[in-house]
Amino acid sequence: MAAKNVTTATFQAEVLSSAKPVLVDFWAEWCGPCRMVSPILDEIAGEHADKITIVKVNVDEEPALAQQYGITSIPAMQVFQGGELVKSIIGAKPKPAILADLSSFIN
Amino acid sequence: MHEVIIIGSGPAGYTAGIYTGRAGLNPLLIASSVEAGGELMKTTEVENYPGFPTGLQGPELMDAFRAQAERFGTEVLLDDVIEVDLKGPVKIVKTGGGKTFEAKTVILATGAAYRELGLPREKELSGYGISWCATCDGFFFREKTIAVIGGGDSAMEEATFLTRFASKVYLIHRRDSFKASKIMQERALNNPKIEVIWNTEVSELLGEGKLTGIKTNNLVDGTQNTLELDGLFIAIGNDPRVWLVENQLTLTPEKFIQVDGRSSKTSLPGVFAAGDVIDPTYRQAITAAGSGCVAALDAEHYLSNLK
Repeated sequence: MAAKNVTTATFQAEVLSSAKPVLVDFWAEWCGPCRMVSPILDEIAGEHADKITIVKVNVDEEPALAQQYGITSIPAMQVFQGGELVKSIIGAKPKPAILADLSSFIN
Repeated sequence: MHEVIIIGSGPAGYTAGIYTGRAGLNPLLIASSVEAGGELMKTTEVENYPGFPTGLQGPELMDAFRAQAERFGTEVLLDDVIEVDLKGPVKIVKTGGGKTFEAKTVILATGAAYRELGLPREKELSGYGISWCATCDGFFFREKTIAVIGGGDSAMEEATFLTRFASKVYLIHRRDSFKASKIMQERALNNPKIEVIWNTEVSELLGEGKLTGIKTNNLVDGTQNTLELDGLFIAIGNDPRVWLVENQLTLTPEKFIQVDGRSSKTSLPGVFAAGDVIDPTYRQAITAAGSGCVAALDAEHYLSNLK
């Protein structure tokens, strides 16, 4: 299940107002580690669809969103809950490590 | 049971895959789940790999390596090796994905991991101003002031690349000369956006939640300075990735896997090593590839003697 692309226009509705926690994957085409982590996030999205939503922000297309959330390193995976940023995961990690980082949301 | 398991997916690992694949050994290559392709996946232009006179991008080169290995039957698995038992005639390899494999031979091509400065809060500020990957993160430092630490080819490449984005790049080095290749040095030294700070080390990372600057210490005259920065890129070298095997194989005093002469033979029969994990000196894509070839031929020879 491929994650939905989110933009400045849809960030409020898709992320901040979501009833479920939302993981926002800040990524870019030219970022090798982002390309490695993307299929892992798709898997997690499929396996835990009832607990967490996973969306993507392309930082090339949405530099303002990246700047607003202080992104200086990608992949950056930020989890929002109730409109608040509650967790940041920086850098590509193996699936078990990402699942461990997300344990409080998906267990 | 596999004839050959290759651990690692840089030039050494994939070349070992090409050679053992062509030898009909159906190698299993465990590539890592997030770092497949190794170090070159984080570089941009590769100009010195023979056979590509106009250069090519690092990731493009590694995709070609992989395709060539797969063409000859190498099975590439995107998983992470978390444990090995290399002592007996049957080698055991376990992965983070929960799989256990057995093999008659193992080729270790695990490469090297970037070295940290070893300063307090370095981890905490990673991703918040501190970066290990210029090609990934340079984009976020448009019109900003940043510094690159290091004196080798990677430091030169990063500093030069980062001038595409940053308004100012300090290049900070502990010594009074660079060990980088001449062409890379010249590119950095001739770039008007780059200012070199010689004989200087970083003594403190400044900023709460986000890097705002560094304190530096001049190693010749002891002068302390504070530098305001938006970003800091660390390129001070790599350490061989030996944690999987350090209790099973003999290492050199510098903690590389020890091999016998010009061969790839480690201290255990049926276990071979190649690439940056055995090489304290050259560490080029082409030398790693050559070394992967040596390991493949050594493994092939070992297997034919088993029969």
